[in-house]
Amino acid sequence: MTVMTYIQAVTTALKEEMIRDENVFILGEDVGKKGGVFKATEGLYEQFGEYRVLDTPLSESAIAGVGIGAAMYGKRPVAEMQFADFIMPAVNQIISEAARIRYRSNNDWSCPITIRAPYGGGIHGGLYHSQSVEAIFANQPGLKIVMPSTPYDVKGLLKAAIRDNDPVLFFEHKRAYRLLKEEVPKEDYVLPIGKADIKREGSDVTVITYGLCVHFALQAAEKLQAEGIDTHILDLRTVYPLDKEAIIEAAKKTGKVLLVTEDNLEGSIISEVSAIIAENCLFDLDAPIKRLAGPDVPAMPYAQPMEQFFVIDEDKIEAAIRDLAEF
Amino acid sequence: MSKTHHKSLGLTNDDVIEMYKTMLLARKVDERMWLLNRAGKIPFVISCQGQEAAQVGAAFALDRKHDYVAPYYRDLGVVLAFGMTATDLMLAAFAKAEDPNSGGRQMPSHFGQKKNRILTGSSPVATQVPHAVGVALAAKMESKDFVSFVTLGEGSSNQGDFHEGLNFAGVHKLPVITMVENNGYAISVPLEKQLACKSVADRGIGYGMPGISVDGHDPLAVYEVVKEARERAISGEGPTLIEALTTRFTAHSSDDDDRQYRDLTELEKAKQRDPIITFANYLKNEEVLTEEELNKIESEINDEVNKATDYAENAPFADPDHALKYVYEE
Repeated sequence: MTVMTYIQAVTTALKEEMIRDENVFILGEDVGKKGGVFKATEGLYEQFGEYRVLDTPLSESAIAGVGIGAAMYGKRPVAEMQFADFIMPAVNQIISEAARIRYRSNNDWSCPITIRAPYGGGIHGGLYHSQSVEAIFANQPGLKIVMPSTPYDVKGLLKAAIRDNDPVLFFEHKRAYRLLKEEVPKEDYVLPIGKADIKREGSDVTVITYGLCVHFALQAAEKLQAEGIDTHILDLRTVYPLDKEAIIEAAKKTGKVLLVTEDNLEGSIISEVSAIIAENCLFDLDAPIKRLAGPDVPAMPYAQPMEQFFVIDEDKIEAAIRDLAEF
Repeated sequence: MSKTHHKSLGLTNDDVIEMYKTMLLARKVDERMWLLNRAGKIPFVISCQGQEAAQVGAAFALDRKHDYVAPYYRDLGVVLAFGMTATDLMLAAFAKAEDPNSGGRQMPSHFGQKKNRILTGSSPVATQVPHAVGVALAAKMESKDFVSFVTLGEGSSNQGDFHEGLNFAGVHKLPVITMVENNGYAISVPLEKQLACKSVADRGIGYGMPGISVDGHDPLAVYEVVKEARERAISGEGPTLIEALTTRFTAHSSDDDDRQYRDLTELEKAKQRDPIITFANYLKNEEVLTEEELNKIESEINDEVNKATDYAENAPFADPDHALKYVYEE
């Protein structure tokens, strides 16, 4: 075991996978000599050389598209989008191409690419360095979307993403990079994509969330324990395709469900989670399903008071759990 | 026809006969698809007619056992040269289960066949350009002696993916050959409303690669420039942009009527340079083939197309619930 931050877990997973399989390579903007703007690829250029840690032109559609071509050939590209916000020029490549390659070729071709991108707010990033973009991709069968909440999960899930034979979007919370630290096993392990994980057992209220919000939910749950409110927390980990069984089981466990995302509310991941619960748990619910999310404005403002208004934090989750417990 | 003799390009008589047969097969398959479409037997066709010389001339300049191609929807000639058969193409036209491109999932001419290194393609144009660059990147990373070859229309050369892909290839000097089949029309919009520069080849300079225009009605001229581009690519000198000047002999597709927007006298004039006819004449003049032998080839190809059509028409569709398969690895 060794104590590691969330971003160190990213670097460790990349490094170990590059040692394990010489087909694994990284491409993106500033990933080489600089080691990435967040330092996620620090030291890898020195260790593996220019063509396995490739600095690309500032050109997101090519980063995705060239990666897709290399993946069809048989490489294992890990493409980095510098910020999730800047993935937009690559959406055609990701949705029209990567997601459909296996399906449209009737299983003849496949596209084992991993696309990593830092997402999320609360870091004074304004409209275009704070966004959650997962909902854009979460109705595209053929894609998988992984959003880990802890350093342990990062290491096991990023390895699984790289080894997966289908395209995986891997969204890392940029605020979690240096905020979250925990013990992570030194040895090689993978965690299953498509499986949610119970992060806290409880009996009064179920919180279903993902990413950095899991951390805030855990903090809120600790506080509420003192008031006698026992919170159950399910971390989706993979937000697409969703782990329906785990969602239904977690909802039934307490009958009171709070869904949390830091994305804006409409059409978000938790909207689909809510539909799954509504379809399957009618007679198990003791309260209406409650959703806590960012407001329906285009994106997170820069000024601190407006940013704070937008973000999900421990206090907002705590209040929402208490409301539901008292229902 | 050709100013260059095939022997001076290192091509044997057998090679040029094979080229001619491939061009003619592409034409005959295409013509049959139009008949089937107009007879209500297949929903859609999009043509190679007029562009066979560019496609086959280019494909024969490649290593058809090792190179990768990312063709666009008009490239019947390219995929036939790379090992797809008339039957494969007819199976796709009828959208039958055995169609190797997509098992009937995609519209016809959305090519793809892994065993022949034909990358699977989609309908949004130019997305295949970065894919070909990715394959070329893999060749460079593994120090392998193959190239990738990607084609598109001149209208598609306005897409961001054309720019992003070629710039990437130019920066990293990757072994990729891009051939734009400039037939003068992007559906209905003529060249001068598509490009601000005179020719697609002019765009090469912006990507640090040679941009070469070539007569796309002449298979030997196209062969020559693609051959040179391949040698450059293999020797580490990087990518090449080729513009093959061609003519689209049909409407954009079976759902288009080009009489609305096109001067048909101009088309009739271009058809006098029909590459199938001019190349046949070249082969006769050079005494590679006699009139009799040409007739025999045509009759054999007609038989091949008939057999392919019958086979595909009678082949089964995939089961309806096959639509649920292969979203992810199974």
